[in-house]
Amino acid sequence: MANSVATRKPLPLKLALWGFVVVWLIMAAFPFLWTLWGSFKVELDFFSIADWTNALTGANTESTYGSSLTGTGYEGAWIKEEFWRNVFNTVIVCIFVVCTSLTIGTLGGYALSRSSFKYVFWLLITALIFRAIPPITLVSGYLPVFFDWNVWGFLPTAIIVLVAINQPFTLWMLHSFFESIPKELDESAKVDGCTQFQAFRRVIIPVMWPGVITTGLFSFLLAYNDFAVTSMILNESNRTMVPEIAAFLGTTYTEGNVMFAVAAVVSATAPLFVLVLFFQRQIVSGLTAGAVKG
Amino acid sequence: MKHRTFFWFFLPTGLAMMVFIAMPLVSIVSQSLFAPHEAVLVTVENCGPFGCTDETTIDQEATAALREAEPMGRFVGLDVYLDRGHLATAEIAEAWASADSVGEFASVVFNLPFYRALGFTLSYTFICTPLLIMLGFAIAISVNALNQKLKGLVIFFSLLPMIVTPLVGSLILFWMIDSRGVLGSFLQYLTDDPDLSLKASTVLMWISLFIYGIWSSAPFAFVVFYAGLQTVPKETIEAAQIDGATRWQQIRHVTIPHLMPLVTFVALIQLMDNFRVFEPIVGFQAQAHATSLSWIIFNDLGGETRQLSAAATTSVMTVLGVAILLSPVLVRTWRDFKRKT
Repeated sequence: MANSVATRKPLPLKLALWGFVVVWLIMAAFPFLWTLWGSFKVELDFFSIADWTNALTGANTESTYGSSLTGTGYEGAWIKEEFWRNVFNTVIVCIFVVCTSLTIGTLGGYALSRSSFKYVFWLLITALIFRAIPPITLVSGYLPVFFDWNVWGFLPTAIIVLVAINQPFTLWMLHSFFESIPKELDESAKVDGCTQFQAFRRVIIPVMWPGVITTGLFSFLLAYNDFAVTSMILNESNRTMVPEIAAFLGTTYTEGNVMFAVAAVVSATAPLFVLVLFFQRQIVSGLTAGAVKG
Repeated sequence: MKHRTFFWFFLPTGLAMMVFIAMPLVSIVSQSLFAPHEAVLVTVENCGPFGCTDETTIDQEATAALREAEPMGRFVGLDVYLDRGHLATAEIAEAWASADSVGEFASVVFNLPFYRALGFTLSYTFICTPLLIMLGFAIAISVNALNQKLKGLVIFFSLLPMIVTPLVGSLILFWMIDSRGVLGSFLQYLTDDPDLSLKASTVLMWISLFIYGIWSSAPFAFVVFYAGLQTVPKETIEAAQIDGATRWQQIRHVTIPHLMPLVTFVALIQLMDNFRVFEPIVGFQAQAHATSLSWIIFNDLGGETRQLSAAATTSVMTVLGVAILLSPVLVRTWRDFKRKT
């Protein structure tokens, strides 16, 4: 069928399609490659007023450091500005957010999928509304309380807030995932004398990992990518990566050390690159899971 | 599942959402009705050799005591909503009375901070969303029509702009479009205008922000539509071919109707996400040309003077905006639910 006359494409159409896809690929990938390459140059090369080819050849980098590539941006960011502290904070925040939000989200999502009362609908609708509300609007609700209780600025505070912000989305995803696991599975366990929790633990937990991993990826992305909330509720010494990058911009533009920010940006992108490399299938299935039901 | 069991299963997540989403929502509404206390002023009469003068000073103790006694501030009702930083009713009424033309009136309105931000937020939401759906659809159709082996590669590179941290993604684009960056220099060369700069032109800045919005979200539309394309029934396509439909007609009358629910889904998600546009404005340092509702809130909250009341008021109005955007979906879901039960 694939090669029948009706489906064979004329050459110009094929060329046009190829052209379009290649243009999109360049649009999607080129900025990252360009920034990666440029992060090993000096500022005069990456932001070259005189000649744009300097960014490729590194003429100024060569005259300053004797080689067309230099790690000074990374050295400045990681050692001088102690970016590793922020990386460490991000790692802690992400681990705890993902684990906590999956634990409580799994319980909640499972309950929602196995209950047929009317309030389930209302809980899901509430979660949808909460999902739609921009998190930054909640921050002015947090701040007075956090100041009063002296919990502002610490990592655990940020972790709890991010877990809560994560919940609506986690619930929706896990709810639709648990719906796809046949109810008979845990029903039969209950007939055999298990309580609901035992049925969940012995029957559902062993088969839930694909859905949980997919949801976990998105929880991770939310915690990793958040800028608005974390920059408002963490103090300077506890900042995660993204607020720190924003802070670099504020201070380093005057010092002319914008390359620190470029190096930090590349450092922050690298883990995401690896993530896409290994979990592409899960990410795609997570993106389409909501849609197919939709 | 029994009510009791359900309760215990749902308790942790329900509690988290209750304490950190529902209660802050109540809190921002109540905060928006209060304004910070003004300093207590005392007037002291100083009598010297040249007569008496009245001197007004701030009574620090009384001010602190008042702030202690009523930490919420003074109740002002809807005053904060109507002040210059928000709905600015007085300024608008004045502009309406004094402006000679509609254009003049509009320029006054769009120089008020709230309307400026609202204008950009709505333009961003309603320009980016349809365009990114179209781009995503075009990519999906093209990849689907070409070699299937291409799929993995295209999806891999397409996921990058979407998954990368929004602030990082916008910085990466900004450094390229900047007048000293590679695309900026290229544009200067094309237009033969060495002074062409993003930072100097509102129109260019808006266009670059829109491009960022489309670039970062089109992959989502692409992935969803591509998955949808795999489910288009082959029989219908074949039937259309036998009836002599051209390629375009097949897409127009078979593929698009089949994908329509997905288009609604992507549009809904993107309307919600684009309405909260914030990071690109920080990344592009665009605040001189474009601000958004989220940006105003962030700006009010940051810095030395945390203007909680002003931020809370903008927050409430942002939440109302989201509610309006979301209402068609909610109504539809409610109807579906009624029909089912």
